[in-house]
Amino acid sequence: MPNVIEVDNLSTLFETEEGTVKAVDGVSFRVREGETVCIVGESGCGKSVTAMSIMGLVEGTSGKVTGDRVGFGDRDLLRIDRNELRTIRGHEIAMIFQEPMTSLNPVLTIGEQLMEPPREHLRMSRKAARQQAIKLIERVGIPRAEQIFASYPHELSGGMLQRIMIAMAISCGPKLLIADEPTTALDVTIQAQILDMLRELKEETGMSILLITHDLGVVAEMADYVIVMYSGKIVEEGEVSELFAHPRHPYTQGLLRSKPILGQRLERLYSIPGQVPDPLSLTPSCYFHDRCAHCLDICTRREPELKTLEGGQKVACWLYETAEVEARG
Amino acid sequence: MSTIPATGRTEADRRSSARKRPSLWRQSLRRLMKNKLAVSGLVFLAFMFLICFLGPLFSPYADNKINTTIMNHAPYAKHWLGTDLLGRDVLTRLLQAGRISLTVGITSMLLSVFIGSLLGAIAGYYRGVVDQVILRFADLLLTVPNLPILFIFGALLSEWKVPTEYRMYMVMLMLSFVGWPGLARLIRGQMLSLREREFMQAATVLGLRDRRKLVHHLLPNLFPLIIVVATLNIGGAILSESVLSFFGLGVMPPTPTWGNMIDAANTIIDFEKHPWLWIPPGVSIFLTVIAINIFGDGLRDVLDPKQKK
Amino acid sequence: MSTYLTRRLTYMLLILFAASLLIFLLYALTPGDFVTSNIKLTAARKAELRELYGLNKPVLERYGIWIKNAFHGDFGFSLAQQKPVLTLFHDYIWNSFLLAATSTFFTWVFAVIIGVISAYKQYSWFDTLVMVFIFAAMSIPSFFIGLFLIKIFAVDLKWLPPGGMLTTGSNAVGMAYVREVLRHMTLPVAVMTLLGIGSLTRYFRSNMIDVIKQDFIRTARAKGMTERTVLYRHALRNALLPAITLVGFELPGLFGGSLIIEKIFNWPGIGQLYMQSFSVRDYPLLMGFTMLIAVLTVIGTLLSDILYHVADPRVKL
Repeated sequence: MPNVIEVDNLSTLFETEEGTVKAVDGVSFRVREGETVCIVGESGCGKSVTAMSIMGLVEGTSGKVTGDRVGFGDRDLLRIDRNELRTIRGHEIAMIFQEPMTSLNPVLTIGEQLMEPPREHLRMSRKAARQQAIKLIERVGIPRAEQIFASYPHELSGGMLQRIMIAMAISCGPKLLIADEPTTALDVTIQAQILDMLRELKEETGMSILLITHDLGVVAEMADYVIVMYSGKIVEEGEVSELFAHPRHPYTQGLLRSKPILGQRLERLYSIPGQVPDPLSLTPSCYFHDRCAHCLDICTRREPELKTLEGGQKVACWLYETAEVEARG
Repeated sequence: MSTIPATGRTEADRRSSARKRPSLWRQSLRRLMKNKLAVSGLVFLAFMFLICFLGPLFSPYADNKINTTIMNHAPYAKHWLGTDLLGRDVLTRLLQAGRISLTVGITSMLLSVFIGSLLGAIAGYYRGVVDQVILRFADLLLTVPNLPILFIFGALLSEWKVPTEYRMYMVMLMLSFVGWPGLARLIRGQMLSLREREFMQAATVLGLRDRRKLVHHLLPNLFPLIIVVATLNIGGAILSESVLSFFGLGVMPPTPTWGNMIDAANTIIDFEKHPWLWIPPGVSIFLTVIAINIFGDGLRDVLDPKQKK
Repeated sequence: MSTYLTRRLTYMLLILFAASLLIFLLYALTPGDFVTSNIKLTAARKAELRELYGLNKPVLERYGIWIKNAFHGDFGFSLAQQKPVLTLFHDYIWNSFLLAATSTFFTWVFAVIIGVISAYKQYSWFDTLVMVFIFAAMSIPSFFIGLFLIKIFAVDLKWLPPGGMLTTGSNAVGMAYVREVLRHMTLPVAVMTLLGIGSLTRYFRSNMIDVIKQDFIRTARAKGMTERTVLYRHALRNALLPAITLVGFELPGLFGGSLIIEKIFNWPGIGQLYMQSFSVRDYPLLMGFTMLIAVLTVIGTLLSDILYHVADPRVKL
């Protein structure tokens, strides 16, 4: 299957008062057509920034995006004209965000905001855009579409707003939908509905989804392929069933252990000891080393590279670089 | 399953790699120092204070003797800013005036801030009748326009022939009288929102006494607002004082203030031909108030945790 | 809405009532009355006049008379000019309004443009320049800048007239009249605009900065909207909306005249009328003027609250 998007060695730096923060550090991955790829990791690991960097939404702040290539179709998103990137946004690549309550303009009606992308990208007339908008509202499962069309964001609930966001995102038939923690701010039951809807839409339209989350439950439900990030780097990736059955990286193992299992009663819930490292005081090493139960000496001195294991999984961990470990004794 | 060896890293090792964070006040101070504009404002103010309070001590003309030989002389070597119609050195008078204007500005600010904060905090905290009374009274004072009130007081001062030394204090009182309602409303508003915050609910649930809640929890949270408002208020007070003096209703000559020095140049001749009489005091007010505003703004950026630049 | 209005109006009336009492008492306190200060009269004549004008009566009685008349729309007779107070207001107030309306217009236009651009280009050299300008504008003593500009433009350069609304002795009509007034208006309007522009620009700038940081702006960009659309349709509308509440607060300034500006520029407005009346203790005029400001302030506040409700669909009264 061809790739919808190919990210090669993407890095994003932020200049802060206290120093340079490398939020995304040499990240590479692929999303195939019709596939759902989940990027999972703790807060601050760089997963959202990766998505924003692809979309070109980091510009303007104190951030700088660099990389070898971000291939989308026959274009390199890192190198194309800003205006061309803008025409791709909302049209061929769409994005939805975490907080639906604040992600819509409070002084414009739902309808006006729904009509914007098709009118801008597809040059639709007001009338056609209106009809499409109403159809979209129905498609995302909201009744009384005409009424909703004329109402304001503050009159709708979080779940409904997120559906509207999804409707807005698919209004121009994108090839890729990036969803940044779309269900984190919602109740669990609504969460399930939103995820179901995303799956349906994917099947209907054949679009790919890049889903960013910190919730392994969501990953299990939605992902075809999983990418695990830590401190701006990819530490493990693989097919979802394989990753869940045989997590290789200690961090992934920790994550899976941390999730409480329904029906199981433990004295103490497990949590990975330690804290996420300070992005300003990183040294050349495996960034996870000070929390890792299996830390070796080499882990404190050199960054491991992402290597492919037999079976297709990729890990960045010195434990699996048996040749190097043995050579160093 | 591969055999993976355990490591020798301990909990202590992990903790020591975390960074130390200084206290909130020190952090704020550090951030303030980084704001070059605010610092320059502060430096200028310090400079202004120094020359106004210490300068006249070094001046040979500090006794303000009348010297009819050099009336209205343009600036030259002996008198850097020239002389006025009575032959007095303008620069010395400018500095002396600065003393008065700055003192009046700061004192009236302190008074209005004290009264305003106290009443505003009480009103916001206790609500009910106390709140209504204070609020209505503040509203009443805010409805009445400021300048007419100040003029009336000024006229009273003249009529009762209040001696010059006391006029200064009366002006301070007048300015605080019109200044406190605005502050009280601000503080009250802040108090209203603070007392609903979760940390106050927690304090109540813990069964803390009113006084403890007020002094230990609410007041420290009010300080940033009070400090910022107070600083910015000094500028307003200095401007008000100068307006009063300009209209001849504040501190009267021979005691110089920046305002009445400008007023003294109200005759056509002085205005057109002797600009050194009235331009320096005006510029002094301008620069001082700018410095206050810049510094106050820098303070606000630093002390208001919600503010982001 | 109607209950809110009735409650507000009742409160407003009460406050105005209390304010009028306070102001009347303060003016009564002021030493000297209209008659005493007039040196041309003999003592006997003074006593006669006092009797005539009712200045002998106790304060509260005088207040009672004033408020009763006020309710009937009679704000008294100017002692100095021997005309009804309201007529005098009418003669002078439009001159003040001319200055105020023009300068308010320019202040708002410039403040919006400069504030918005400066917010959009935050941290640029333009923004720094604007910030310095804002501080300067907020720190200038009004009377000083007036005098200073007069010195430069009227006295030294002789480009503009130094004061008054018309050149003395002029009897121009039609376009010539308009041109003359415009020439005379330039400096006072410039000064008033300068004085007001500081805080307003800063207000718009800070509003705009806050709005640009909001999530929905990020959404608009993610939707691939042009920067122009993002700026005008999404950011600007949200940033400017709260400003509608400020319109109400301009009301007192629009009709109340500026005591300082009118004095310096010798402009025949209602502020100048007040200053003249103050020096001779022309009580009816003084009361009338002060109450006018009070009334405008109170109405302005009410207007602001109502406009806010109109502007922002989320706000309920």
